[in-house]
Amino acid sequence: MKPTDISAPDYFHKVVDCQWACPAHTPVPEYIRLIADGRYSDAYMINWKSNVFPGILGRTCDRPCEPACRRGRVEETPVAICRLKRVAADFKDDIKHRLPKAGAKNGKRIALVGGGPASLTVARDLVPLGYHCTVFDADPKAGGMMRSQIPKFRLPDSVIDEETDYILDIGVDFKGGHRVDSLKQLLTENYDAIFVGSGAPRGRELEIPGRKEAAANIHIGIEWLSSVSFGHIEKIGRRVIVLGGGNTAMDCCRTARRLGGDSVKVIVRSGFEEMKASPWEKEDALHEDIPILNYMVPVAFKHVSGKLIGVTFRQVKAEYDANGRRNLVPSGEPDQTIPCDDVLVAVGQENAFPWIEADCGVEFDKWHMPKVDPKTFASTNPKVFFGGDAAFGPKNIIWAVAQGHDAALSIHKLLSGEDITERPLPEVDISSQKMGIHEWSYDNDISADKRYKVPHRDKVIALKDIRTEVELGYDLKLALGEAQRCLNCDVQTVFSAPLCIECDACVDICPMDCITFTKNGEEDDLRQRLKAPSPHHDQAIYVADGLKTGRVMAKDEDVCLHCGLCAERCPTGAWDMQKYLIDMVQAGSTCQSKARSAA
Amino acid sequence: MTYIAKPKFHHPGLKKNELGYTHRDYEGKISTLCAGCGHDSITASIIEACYELSIAPHRVAKISGIGCSSKTPDYFLGNSHGFNSVHGRMPSVLTGANLANRDLIYLGVSGDGDSASIGFGQFAHSIRRGVNMTYIVENNGVYGLTKGQFSATADRGSKSKKGVTNTDNAIDLVAIALQLGATFVARSFSGDKTQLVPLIAAAIRHKGASFIDVISPCIAFNNHAGSTKSFDYVREHNDAVNRLDVLVGRDPISVDYAPGTVQVVEQHDGTKLALRKLDADYDPHDRLGAQTFLQKHAAKGQIVTGLLYVDPDADDLHTHLDTVETPLNTLDEKALCPGSAALDKLNASLR
Repeated sequence: MKPTDISAPDYFHKVVDCQWACPAHTPVPEYIRLIADGRYSDAYMINWKSNVFPGILGRTCDRPCEPACRRGRVEETPVAICRLKRVAADFKDDIKHRLPKAGAKNGKRIALVGGGPASLTVARDLVPLGYHCTVFDADPKAGGMMRSQIPKFRLPDSVIDEETDYILDIGVDFKGGHRVDSLKQLLTENYDAIFVGSGAPRGRELEIPGRKEAAANIHIGIEWLSSVSFGHIEKIGRRVIVLGGGNTAMDCCRTARRLGGDSVKVIVRSGFEEMKASPWEKEDALHEDIPILNYMVPVAFKHVSGKLIGVTFRQVKAEYDANGRRNLVPSGEPDQTIPCDDVLVAVGQENAFPWIEADCGVEFDKWHMPKVDPKTFASTNPKVFFGGDAAFGPKNIIWAVAQGHDAALSIHKLLSGEDITERPLPEVDISSQKMGIHEWSYDNDISADKRYKVPHRDKVIALKDIRTEVELGYDLKLALGEAQRCLNCDVQTVFSAPLCIECDACVDICPMDCITFTKNGEEDDLRQRLKAPSPHHDQAIYVADGLKTGRVMAKDEDVCLHCGLCAERCPTGAWDMQKYLIDMVQAGSTCQSKARSAA
Repeated sequence: MTYIAKPKFHHPGLKKNELGYTHRDYEGKISTLCAGCGHDSITASIIEACYELSIAPHRVAKISGIGCSSKTPDYFLGNSHGFNSVHGRMPSVLTGANLANRDLIYLGVSGDGDSASIGFGQFAHSIRRGVNMTYIVENNGVYGLTKGQFSATADRGSKSKKGVTNTDNAIDLVAIALQLGATFVARSFSGDKTQLVPLIAAAIRHKGASFIDVISPCIAFNNHAGSTKSFDYVREHNDAVNRLDVLVGRDPISVDYAPGTVQVVEQHDGTKLALRKLDADYDPHDRLGAQTFLQKHAAKGQIVTGLLYVDPDADDLHTHLDTVETPLNTLDEKALCPGSAALDKLNASLR
């Protein structure tokens, strides 16, 4: 193998699995250390810079970081990264003075369609640079789907208000209650750029017999949730069936439980394990006495004189073809009708752009989605950008934020007369953490604690009021315990071959058998000859040559605890623990075209 | 030394031996020796050898004297019996323990000061008696705990860290062990675990007095230019006569060696030692030849390593003394006090 180029910014970034997996590349271990240190405001600001909505995401994020967390490969469960983010938001001091101010006006005007996370991110990035940003939203308040679709018992309004206000107060021109009906019209208003962050606002229909006849008691999930959020709906029937297995279905069933549904069932086509909903959201639904029935396909709504009386389901089973593709085939059991008073349909979301006219220069593909460049987020109209669910279909808030950052950078480059396809490299800082012979500026004593559970409000109380938040969040003691579980993967093991005397001290002390000194070879061969098995080929092998014996140092990054014992036991300082911070480029980063500056 | 405890987590894919233990289960406390000490590599090699042999930790007694080397039993086999004895007195404590309970595996861990100076006599007598043990000397040529004075194994003409030349002749413990009748004699280097681990495993499986001299550089006081026990010097002057693979019972002998280059030695307990010859003229069954070979190469400044001598049919002190098979410490009162009739009979035989 070729020696590893550790100066490439991506190399160590990938070692920080959580940060690499986060679409917005939030420096997770850095903020977790600050939480452990009691510096909640600082932890919050690190989050705020990367992901803009720490309090909201700390309650609702889909957590792509957690399945990636190295701790999950070392023991059973990853660090509760998401809920630690909430700790930063819950315990911070007033941070308003640390927020950016609107820059001196540069005369450029930008229209943003939709007031959700994508648009707000773009505005947050651009207003401090002097752009005039006008955000249009049909709803009176900012927040988009975060406000309309996420139930209040998961995400209270106060948290949304706080974090949307941080952005609006920088000086965003927010036009609430103003639906944009025509892109053509907007284009005539001479904005320098337009950002479309209008989400995926349409719930998918379920066209089966009885849909029209029983329409009064069949509701489209996201529309129903939104009506509940705005107080238009306050009740539902006693017996409720929720169709669909995603997170929206989980929100629907738990909301129904609070509006009078005392027998609420979730019924899904697939198997329980394959449901799209996050495991923890399924857990929360089950905890609220909501059974989830699987392998049942709805075939008809049963109704008597226009009144829904139940849903008929066909039992299916999963069969796998030669290519391993799953097919749901009837199991042969008789169809089953489950009685109910109301049905909530949560079988998916769709994009809808009836307001974008065909002659606006914005082209659509055969799936009726706008043609959007996945790096620059530009559409085929050079002045129109897309982001969030509007760009690539329904995803999660954190994706909308990440795409908002990228679109903002594109808009800034476009309006500065630069090539938007040329994306600047991130700025990287790497520095030794050595404080003394056996002292490091981070806590390298590895905690053996299991993942701490987040305390929940008592179920009886929680189910009584739809606005009572269920999760209480970690208290400071629990937060400290959970923070200590973080392995500090951003404190990197950096090896210097010229200093190494090949005494094997690092090999002997490494608790995870990560380090091997051996003859070099091709990657597949080398992986076979490491001290411990190396099953995860997506995890890099750090190879260094230039040793006196002609061997190479090969370190499997996979399950390194970053405990620093290799560096402590190294007599010559050939190993060092160095903190690696990567600053993702956002609009307005000081050195836009600066070449990479790594170790 | 390190202040934090070594994390309990281990690699999720670690292999387990026949007893269901990973090599981590053979560890002891975290080492308090200097970072990079060769002794820590010997510790790791002992751990590896015991893991590979699937030894039950509670069937091992590790006994040591005083010095950096003699601290190391604290760092391996945390679930074994241990005795940290008086300076240079490891051999007599070990001999006593062995006589009392012949069923345990005895690891004697000592250093060049402990065995070549204050305990030289003890070393000699345990070897000549043929105590069934694995006697490991962690040999760095200096007194590390007292800031690096030459020890008795430091080569004449080698230089101290401060630049002083050693004018005394060196004791070669391997040569002495050969002369005193050790039935398994080896030398190795802490920086070469592929050689050291099988040697320790073979020594443990050897019945009789096994002696291994392990050159173990002292990072703090004897790893400089002019030292003959530094990493660089040993690597440059290492003359390995053979490479060893230990094959225990179930393992078939893999025949991926060129024919004629492998010599298989079967020990008492059926353990097979596959020796790959690196020096065509070297015969590990020739005690006299080994002594000559050693001296010739020492004169050229070379350090001969490998399995230097083995007598696969050796016996031990218990055989010489004709003791009972049952360990003495488990004999009951009836066996130990057979009564006045037995005493009368004995007395009569002496009249």
